[in-house]
Amino acid sequence: MITETTSGNRGLLQAEPLIFETGHATGTGVDLPAPQGLKSNLGSLTRKAALDLPGLSEPETMRHFVRLSQKNYAIDLGLFPLGSCTMKHNPRLNERAARFEGFADLHPLQPTSTIQGALELMDELAHWLCTLTGMPAVALSPKAGAHGEMCGMLAIKAALEARGEGDKRKRVLVPSSAHGTNPATAAAAGFTVDEVKGDEDGRVDLEDVTAKLGPDVAAIMITNPNTCGLFEPDIKKIADAVHAAGAYFYCDGANYNAIVGKVRPGDLGVDAMHINLHKTFSTPHGGGGPGAGPTVLSAALAPFAPVPHIVLRGDTRELREHTQGTQAFGRMCAFHGQMGMFTRALTYMMSHGSDGLRQVAEDAVLNANYLLARLKPHFSAPFGDRLCMHEVLLDDSSIKPQGVETIDVAKALLDEGYHPFTTYFPLVVHGAMLIEPTETEPKRELDRFADVMIALAERVKAGEVEFFKQAPKLTPMRRLDDTRAARQPKLRWRRGENDTATKHAAE
Amino acid sequence: MRYLPLTDVDREQMLKVIGAKNIDDLFVDVPKGALLKDLVDLPKAAGEIEVHRHLQRLAEKNTPAGRTAFFLGAGAYRHHVPASVDHLIQRSEFLTAYTPYQPEIAQGTLQALYEFQSQVAQLLDMEVANASMYDGSTGCAEAAMMAARVTKRKKIVFSGGVHPHYIDTARTACEALGLEIVALPAAVDDEAAVTKELGPDVACVIVQSPNVFGTVTDLTKIGEAAHGAGALMVATFTECVSFGLIEPAGAMGADIVCGEGQSIGNALNFGGPYVGLFAVKEKLIRQMPGRVAGETIDADGKRGFVLTLSTREQHIRREKATSNICTNSGLCQLAWTIHMTLLGEEGLRKLAVLNHEKAIQLADALDKVSGVEVLTKRFFNEIALKLTKPAQEVVDKLAEKGVIGGVAMSRLNPKAGMDNVLITCATEMNTEADIAAHAAALKDVLA
Repeated sequence: MITETTSGNRGLLQAEPLIFETGHATGTGVDLPAPQGLKSNLGSLTRKAALDLPGLSEPETMRHFVRLSQKNYAIDLGLFPLGSCTMKHNPRLNERAARFEGFADLHPLQPTSTIQGALELMDELAHWLCTLTGMPAVALSPKAGAHGEMCGMLAIKAALEARGEGDKRKRVLVPSSAHGTNPATAAAAGFTVDEVKGDEDGRVDLEDVTAKLGPDVAAIMITNPNTCGLFEPDIKKIADAVHAAGAYFYCDGANYNAIVGKVRPGDLGVDAMHINLHKTFSTPHGGGGPGAGPTVLSAALAPFAPVPHIVLRGDTRELREHTQGTQAFGRMCAFHGQMGMFTRALTYMMSHGSDGLRQVAEDAVLNANYLLARLKPHFSAPFGDRLCMHEVLLDDSSIKPQGVETIDVAKALLDEGYHPFTTYFPLVVHGAMLIEPTETEPKRELDRFADVMIALAERVKAGEVEFFKQAPKLTPMRRLDDTRAARQPKLRWRRGENDTATKHAAE
Repeated sequence: MRYLPLTDVDREQMLKVIGAKNIDDLFVDVPKGALLKDLVDLPKAAGEIEVHRHLQRLAEKNTPAGRTAFFLGAGAYRHHVPASVDHLIQRSEFLTAYTPYQPEIAQGTLQALYEFQSQVAQLLDMEVANASMYDGSTGCAEAAMMAARVTKRKKIVFSGGVHPHYIDTARTACEALGLEIVALPAAVDDEAAVTKELGPDVACVIVQSPNVFGTVTDLTKIGEAAHGAGALMVATFTECVSFGLIEPAGAMGADIVCGEGQSIGNALNFGGPYVGLFAVKEKLIRQMPGRVAGETIDADGKRGFVLTLSTREQHIRREKATSNICTNSGLCQLAWTIHMTLLGEEGLRKLAVLNHEKAIQLADALDKVSGVEVLTKRFFNEIALKLTKPAQEVVDKLAEKGVIGGVAMSRLNPKAGMDNVLITCATEMNTEADIAAHAAALKDVLA
């Protein structure tokens, strides 16, 4: 087998240096009209030093980024079973709609007479989100899930202040299985975090919640279905206890895909919940963003929703952009939120309809349970005697004695052509492997993936530890040295400094 | 349903393997009564034709910027984005990838992030940049909180030139943490006023150049004064094309430079998604919010990139994280990097000069209109005008004439006492005919 080539390329996979190593300051991929030579009024504030930004012509730019793209895994290439991330198919009609001139070429501060369609779209999206969740109001402006969490927690804070209990209620209960954003958000909103235990079944411990509730508790933040892939069966009792203690119930909506169209969070006693449009409603993840985190609010919290608000006057929609004269807690961002994601999400919802969205939840849960049924004879499934929701939770306890851990299975999956599951999360399960297939996987893909996982379990049994430790071998890069990256942070190219590639070539 | 691959036969077989009789058996943990029997009260599934038609009708109820003589800025700018940018960001491998947590199969995203960070650092003349924030306003709020962490002080001072929505956004985030916001009265050209507020409790001063009125300011002395008082200087901006022509804040002593990157690579999109640029001095990186990519080597010694310094972040540090932030603005950041690669230094400098010249032409044309006073003396592509009539009224009347002429300061900050101030902006997209139309319409409206 050829392992090294002269070019550094490997067949279709092209080696690609940094733009700083190929481009130069006089290269360019744009043709602009010549300036007229008018006299500037900037005087000494004109930029003096070189920017040293490389430019590439259009063909070079295309090649550079196409070559880079080929080093990425993507949902369009195959199963992307990242638990808690809901990597589903991204319909291309959404992309087309978001690019309609009437949406894309619209400035956020245009006179309202010229943006009536945009405001109507936002109202329609709000109607869909409120109807699906059974909640009376939604704040559309949060820009991502964690930003939505912040919006919900600030609404809770404002409601407490309006009750005169702002100074008294400072504690927020967060289960140990929560996403890291929950405690981080509670802290950033000025609360203290009190961890709630999970019970042996992977659920929030109702007794521990009840014991920890008190007159100083502002809220509880619960993910439901939870991060172990289970629906919290005591959710209503928890909500009732929380409300009886004068606190609010924040629900992390990251796992909403499991219940959309089947269960309305409003019926469970939720006061606030963010909805990741990039998860449940299929807006693309884009290699890490942009997301969107509209946050639905109960009647108790609705008056405190941040500006802007859309106000209907007769047939015309207006924007209320300032908090004066309202109880709004403030503003989440400069403008109206992620309009480009609103367009995509509404397109997705209308395509599915009430029937299709319910089918989404059902197929997502069916796919996960099917994988659980196929995998649990071969891996340890900590809650595997129960049905799961849309995620399968395995751990490495059955393979660890042979010397193979979760990370090794993940890396072996890379060679098999799969993006791995979520590793080591939730933290409450040691060596967790959290698998979320989503509803857009056909049965044959699930079977193929299950076959691969089972074959890997067989390799562990056969004692092929080195096979796992050496993986991945077939990916564009082998295992990367995280420790080195963190100890000697090198976060940018600098002229004359960043010559690893040259050095490597010389060696 | 076109997006759902399972057939009824599949579903039946799968239920059998699971050992369930019907689908609702799988929802057994849902409390009684909470599992909906009926469909929610919303329309049923629709085909591409119908959905396309509906969305198109909504879009057609709007007036796109390009169909008018268009002069809005104030935080979002209409620039030309080369066709290749949108094509590249729609490649499946970028569009439908996740956060690059598995670097062996995400080098495309990671290298592009590293290139982005390098370009941002070069553009702003700063030591290091992160992998982007949600947008300029949220990045500015994060900068304020970061300054409070670094200095262990609680007061944040905003100049009267910072975009009012940026101040509102920061106020919402900072006051929740018990930080105090001091926002100086709106002022066209007085960034330096922040230095009068300096004291032992001030974490940072936040200034903007070009500011919301378009004024370009030398920040050097402000930075020196802030540092003398043990505070940081945070410099924000809304128009990043300006740094192709004007001295960036990094060269004038800023500790944190943050602002909006939308101008490069990204359409107006009615306010989002955008891309926040965020850069700091190297000594502050462990207090920096947000993702960051770094260089390393793989098991074969080859150069590669990973997300790094994650011990600052929420998924490791939980309530002790530097920020609750989880995502960056991935695709918008990629679009920025691609567009900046197409521009290069020469292209960016030319683009910036074109913008400046259009603004000079606009200022000259409007200055001749009776009832208009140009307030901004040193500007990049945006200017503030004092009119003889309330600016919001003027904006609405201009719109009736097909001119989207500017943003009334009273819309951004009703309490500024600047009801007659209009903020107007020109870019390379404006033609001489647009500028003439603006001047003519304004003359009519003010008459």
